[in-house]
Amino acid sequence: MDVSSGIPVERTARPYIIGIVAALILTAIPFGLVATGALPRETTLVIIAAFAVVQILVHLRFFLHIGLEAKPRENLVALAFAAVLIFLMVGGSLWIMFDLYHRMMV
Amino acid sequence: MTAEAAAMTGISPRDAERYEEKEFGFWLYLMSDAIIFSLLFATYLVMVGNTAGGPTGKELFSIERASGETLALLLSSTTFGLAAVALSAADRSKVLIWLAVTFLLGACFIFLEIGEFRGMIAQGAGPERSGFLSGFFTLVGTHGLHVSVGLLWILVMIGQVLFKGLTAPVASRLMRLGLFWHFLDIIWVVIFSVVYLPGLL
Repeated sequence: MDVSSGIPVERTARPYIIGIVAALILTAIPFGLVATGALPRETTLVIIAAFAVVQILVHLRFFLHIGLEAKPRENLVALAFAAVLIFLMVGGSLWIMFDLYHRMMV
Repeated sequence: MTAEAAAMTGISPRDAERYEEKEFGFWLYLMSDAIIFSLLFATYLVMVGNTAGGPTGKELFSIERASGETLALLLSSTTFGLAAVALSAADRSKVLIWLAVTFLLGACFIFLEIGEFRGMIAQGAGPERSGFLSGFFTLVGTHGLHVSVGLLWILVMIGQVLFKGLTAPVASRLMRLGLFWHFLDIIWVVIFSVVYLPGLL
């Protein structure tokens, strides 16, 4: 689906097929690691986080059709602005709360 | 070309601009929704250790159920995409079939989630049990509520495609429903990566 116009312009199922295959692989690996416990806890957590970020990008690209060339650019700009807000608010909240937590525990 | 396809392509530039504006407005709504979800994630992460002596995620979550929910939602995003492809080909019956499949997959997801919530509440692990469970039910429940609204919206659009045909306003609404549906899939990816997998580890 093209985000830029009210009318869909896509003609092929190709991006959705690429998207679902990538999404299933990116989901199966972290689920498999958790189910088998093959790797140490910290390594697994890092892999889960990294795969989540890649999978979000895959969804944005192949399901929502947002790319760096997105038209109109406002969609991408709004997404970037939301990402900054999310980073500040989530990062800030976690920083404050865990700092408080550690100070209270001392 | 069918009459429906002609109706779709025969929109004036002014109307096209109007649909584009609606699209952008809906996109802004989704971004604000993303901010709400991100703060619910922050709340959950702050609360996750506060189990108040109650059950933890490891005791409550099931990897089979979480994979089932994930599979249903991922596949439903693809089937919605196939409905959008059918829409651009002005193939009304295929649009209806893929919307129906998307609805069924979404309903499977909600069915699994309600079963999960009921099971947890039945064993005394409801939202009032601990800070961890309050955070869990608020975050996952808000997502489930969004999916339920999406299911209702799919039903309404199936009705509109049936009775109004693939007109430009209907196509425009389907586009926005698609954005909503794919967006909820992204939120779910973050939920299983932040809530279920680390909880089960």
